[in-house]
Amino acid sequence: MSEELGYWRSRVFSTDHKVIAKQYLSLGLFWALMGGATAYLIRWQIAHPDTEAPGWGFIAPDFYNMLVTMHGTIMVFFVAMPILLAAFGNFLIPLMIGAKDMAFPRLNMLSFWVFFLASVVLMASFFVPGGAAAAGWTGYPPLSAKMEYTGVGWGMNLWLLALALEFASFLLGGVNFLTTAMNMRAPGLTWFRLPVIVWMQLTAAVIFMLSVGPLIAGAVMLLMDRLIGTTFFLPEGGGEPLLWQHLFWFFGHPEVYVILLPGLGIVVDVISVFSRKPVFAYRPIIYSTIVAGFMSFIVWAHHQFISGIDPRLAMPFSITTIIISVPFAFVIFSIIATLWRASITFSAAMLFALGSLGVFIFGGLTGIFNGSAPVDIYIHDTYFVVAHFHYTLFSVVFFGSFAGLYFWFPKMFGRMMNEALGKIHFWLTFIFFNAVFIPMHLVGLRGMMRRIANPMQYEFLKPLEPLNMFITLSAILLLVSQVVFVINFFMSLARGKAAERNPWQANTLEWTTDSPPPHGNFAAVPSVYRGPYEYSSPESAEDWLPQDRPLTASRTAVR
Amino acid sequence: MNANTATMTDSGIPPGKTGTWWFLASEIPVFGGLIASYIVVRLGSAGWGEASSHLNFTLALINTFLLLTSSMTVVMAHAASQENNYRSVANFLGLTVLLGLGFLGVKAVEYTTEIAHGFTPAAGIFWSFYYGMTGLHGLHVLAGIIVNIVLWIGALKGSLARHGHRVELAGLYWHFVDIVWLFLFPLLYLA
Repeated sequence: MSEELGYWRSRVFSTDHKVIAKQYLSLGLFWALMGGATAYLIRWQIAHPDTEAPGWGFIAPDFYNMLVTMHGTIMVFFVAMPILLAAFGNFLIPLMIGAKDMAFPRLNMLSFWVFFLASVVLMASFFVPGGAAAAGWTGYPPLSAKMEYTGVGWGMNLWLLALALEFASFLLGGVNFLTTAMNMRAPGLTWFRLPVIVWMQLTAAVIFMLSVGPLIAGAVMLLMDRLIGTTFFLPEGGGEPLLWQHLFWFFGHPEVYVILLPGLGIVVDVISVFSRKPVFAYRPIIYSTIVAGFMSFIVWAHHQFISGIDPRLAMPFSITTIIISVPFAFVIFSIIATLWRASITFSAAMLFALGSLGVFIFGGLTGIFNGSAPVDIYIHDTYFVVAHFHYTLFSVVFFGSFAGLYFWFPKMFGRMMNEALGKIHFWLTFIFFNAVFIPMHLVGLRGMMRRIANPMQYEFLKPLEPLNMFITLSAILLLVSQVVFVINFFMSLARGKAAERNPWQANTLEWTTDSPPPHGNFAAVPSVYRGPYEYSSPESAEDWLPQDRPLTASRTAVR
Repeated sequence: MNANTATMTDSGIPPGKTGTWWFLASEIPVFGGLIASYIVVRLGSAGWGEASSHLNFTLALINTFLLLTSSMTVVMAHAASQENNYRSVANFLGLTVLLGLGFLGVKAVEYTTEIAHGFTPAAGIFWSFYYGMTGLHGLHVLAGIIVNIVLWIGALKGSLARHGHRVELAGLYWHFVDIVWLFLFPLLYLA
């Protein structure tokens, strides 16, 4: 099965899901650097308007617009999606279901290279005349529909093209995930013996595939408005600017769950392993996930409460928005119940998982403020909203991914990461993250709007300057803290302790093969006898019981 | 869920078909979003019937006939592939490609006459939707033609026999494109 392949076929144009996962991971981490750099420049400008940013220079208002646009675009579409969905999904799904690869390996390779092309297009958009897109990451028309409004010409067209390519890539990826999981599970691996993260990856793939279509259509329409003179979103030609907002958020809100679910899945799995306890209420978590997936399609207009939608629409969407917190609250309570009376090991992965949980709960609570239309009218488009979505997204995208990386690094690269550095990385990240975003709620409640290049030109915002300077300082420290991770990552890659098969004594199938797994993953197709979370089972002498270990016939566990 | 057997646990549907159906499931919202946009904007503005009367209904009817016929030929190609008669597969695929090209040719005639009469994409909101919807559909027809040409070449060279199921998968997609047209035709030409 593993014929000798040359360098190009085995490392670059590989069809091996593990190599493709690492390619997505590398590209996502590269974009994370870009996202961090834009965050630094944005924060510098807010705290010290119209001064030279160290290491860069003067930030003009139109350049500032470009920064906030690209920061959002990069972090959501080029960091969160490739790392959480594509990298972890590609790496884990075949390994966790006992398959030798994805159902369509060549399609998988194509997905990555289409995403790579999207990255190239987005990168190129920085260098065309007029600069990159500057109409906000949501690209609202009419601002985005006509060149003269932002002064951005091809930057915006390339932005739309990059998004369209990215969507195509993840559609193909979703087809692969779902087909693989439906058709290639190991003998005995029934649906309810799958790890929670596999369920959440699959739900995320379904949500993505069924919600992105209208935005693909919207992107085509916006591109036509810009290039051949149609007027879909231009009121002077009979079009509807609000229509774009519906098309965007019909995808944009489910997209939040597309990102959230894989991160939450990592947290569930990591917490179960380091609690040495079965996940509390495994099946209800799966049901909650599916319910939340359905509900994610009927909450989108809560992004538009003050956009001029019919006020009679606001209340139904407010209600669905509050209701969708129920299935998620259920998952969160189940995680907390898993921790209850557990013998917890505070490894770096576990710290990040717990950090993700805590930060996400905080973000969920402020979500209730934003979700209720009357409150949202006051805080909409302020930094309160910015703080809210960083609490929800940073928790899964960064805390969640770091938990996953510290946990699966040994399986991915065959070496252990440095635990001490990992813990330092966690505490620095956790402290400075909160130092950035807790004060940001206050700034927002005092009325500071999003996307203004210079808050100091408003009299009522001048007293906020010290707070903004504190936030910026914390943000810079948060960025610098990530150097610890970069050092740890590359040092461990080069010189880390060689990893054994199952360093964390976990149950799922990926830990039953070599670290890193060979091409084809498993020497023989594993047989599965039980669910993934049989920790501290009385049926086993150790405190773990791998999914593929048969017990004597009379005592075979049922689940 | 046939637990503890020697083979992989699967859905009973071959991977190719599973993947194609998921792909089509993700394509439906693309046109669904476009059609929903059409409905919303149409309800909120006037003059659509007048604009629509400038379209060439006869040509569109011919096109509907071409596309429906091509759905039949693609089914016949599939039936032939199940009988391992790849000569016949090649003939029916070739016919499908010709009918698809005929559809695009008629569409090109329509576009040129409309633009010549001043009904460009910039002529009003109806024309935005007309060019947007038929344009995106036309690209899907083109993609289907390319897929069918690739299979047709395979059928002629004999290499398709090993991947006979691909005729059916391409046929599923081709039917989808056909069905989309059955929505676009009344929405735009009978408006």
